Amino acid sequence: MSEAILRTQELTKRFGGLVAVSKVSLELRVGEVHAVIGPNGAGKSTLTNLLSGDLQPTSGTVQIEGRDIAGLASDRISRLGVGRSYQKTNIFLPFSVFENCRLAAQSRTPRAWRVWSGAGRFGDTNRLAEEAMEAAGLAHRRDRVAATLSHGEQRQLEIAMCLATQPRLLLLDEPLAGMGPHESHRMVELIRKLAENHAIMLIEHDMDAVFAVAHRLTVMVNGEVIESGTPEAVRASPAVQLAYLGGEDNLHG
Amino acid sequence: MNNRATDLILIVAAVLIALFPLSGATFYTQLIAKVMILAIFAMSLDLLIGYTGLVSFGHAAFFGLAGYALALMGPQYEAANFWWTLPAAMGICALFAFATGLVVLRTKGIFFIMVTLAFAQMLFYVFHDTKIGGGSDGIYIYNKPTLAIGDFALANLDKLEHFYYLVFVLLLLVYLLLRTVLGSSFGRALIGIKVNEHRMQALGFPVFRYKLAGYVLSGAIGGLSGYLAAVQFGFVNPEILSWHQSGMVMMMVILGGMGTLHGAIIGAFALVFMQELFSNQAVFGAVAKHWQLAMGVFVILVALYLPQGLAGLLARFGRKPEAAEEHHE
Repeated sequence: MSEAILRTQELTKRFGGLVAVSKVSLELRVGEVHAVIGPNGAGKSTLTNLLSGDLQPTSGTVQIEGRDIAGLASDRISRLGVGRSYQKTNIFLPFSVFENCRLAAQSRTPRAWRVWSGAGRFGDTNRLAEEAMEAAGLAHRRDRVAATLSHGEQRQLEIAMCLATQPRLLLLDEPLAGMGPHESHRMVELIRKLAENHAIMLIEHDMDAVFAVAHRLTVMVNGEVIESGTPEAVRASPAVQLAYLGGEDNLHG
Repeated sequence: MNNRATDLILIVAAVLIALFPLSGATFYTQLIAKVMILAIFAMSLDLLIGYTGLVSFGHAAFFGLAGYALALMGPQYEAANFWWTLPAAMGICALFAFATGLVVLRTKGIFFIMVTLAFAQMLFYVFHDTKIGGGSDGIYIYNKPTLAIGDFALANLDKLEHFYYLVFVLLLLVYLLLRTVLGSSFGRALIGIKVNEHRMQALGFPVFRYKLAGYVLSGAIGGLSGYLAAVQFGFVNPEILSWHQSGMVMMMVILGGMGTLHGAIIGAFALVFMQELFSNQAVFGAVAKHWQLAMGVFVILVALYLPQGLAGLLARFGRKPEAAEEHHE
């Protein structure tokens, strides 16, 4: 098992009196899909926001390769190799698929001050964009305006943009939300493949998908981790069954 | 964004403008020179509004500051030197943009509008209420700057034609500069910020720095236009810093079509010439006195029916050349 790239300790976020994330400690490793599950309002998205720098923790630490990233803005964290996809599709709607990916790739090869050269002139940036589209299965939509893509394709573009930034760590916030069975299947295959050389945190409600790809599961309820371990261990956990599976929600629901 | 038909129309328009002084119509030559200066001003604002998504309501600050810079830096009874007063005036504007940008760019939306307005009004009152720039009367610039290499005069800015062509060349240069910059990685990042600032930051772009750089560039070019206006009219007063001025240039950008550059130029021409037309007694008779009324109707119609401004109209013809030809003859 490889070293953890990202490690949180006692990570906590309060909004006024509400503790959205309470003392969460977890580790993300290359080669591992770490799924975080839990009912709505469990604090999963808040946790993602804390890791990506969209929110700052109230207490506790987040370390990326031993470096404390507390207080860093999201652009700095992104440049440390963290790619984040959003639960609500968050793309550049008026741009082509290629331009969405090219812009994402451009963030890795900053040429901001080469204002005399056309943006499309840089082979390495273009190649990253093409590779990302290919990996996400969007190469055939290269020149389509993002706004005209189907919902599922926009979700794929969301992932493609992350990949174009060459992250080592991926934070995927409900990548399957609103996808049809065929598209879901492809996305699961993609996540499985990406796990070979990325550390992945996956937030997902689709339990079939979660159990198909996750190496490790963390179950959150009301901001707290109630169980963490291998899928088998979590499935067998009485605490999880009581709090999460025993209710109306079912693991295979 | 720029299609070929549009480019062709722009080139034809540029040639017509270049030839216009040959007509000998002094009044209109003077007027077009003024419009071209305002077009540079409008393009500098379009960089913020149309490309970066920063709706600045204080752009007159740069226009006026550069004018005052020329008036105060130049010797009182001799001609100033164009070669250093222009870069100095633009540099002062760039510095002002940098310093105020550090503050205003931390705000968003309506607050950005308010804070940019506040800074411009502060500058207005600094010049209005103190003796630095002659108070509310302003200052005369008795001599036009000299534009010479050694002893050889490149242009005599007292001559209308010379000044006209200087402004024309600068208008072209600013247009080409901005077009190049906006097509570069830097420009694409600015447009990305306009479309989805949050995602740009999440993708790893230091958004604040990009916006600050755009703001400084816009301020410097706004300064260029203010400098030229001061040269043309030979005086500066606080009015060039007022919010009317900021509102007028914003109208030009919106009327012409945001985010197209040439739209800003079209907007400048449209606003000034519509004003001329509506206030012309020979055409509108007694109503000409109330030209603002007609102007208001015109602006409302454009806003209602041409959300992409006059440039959008141009693009519509450009896209369907066969349809455009039908209307032609």
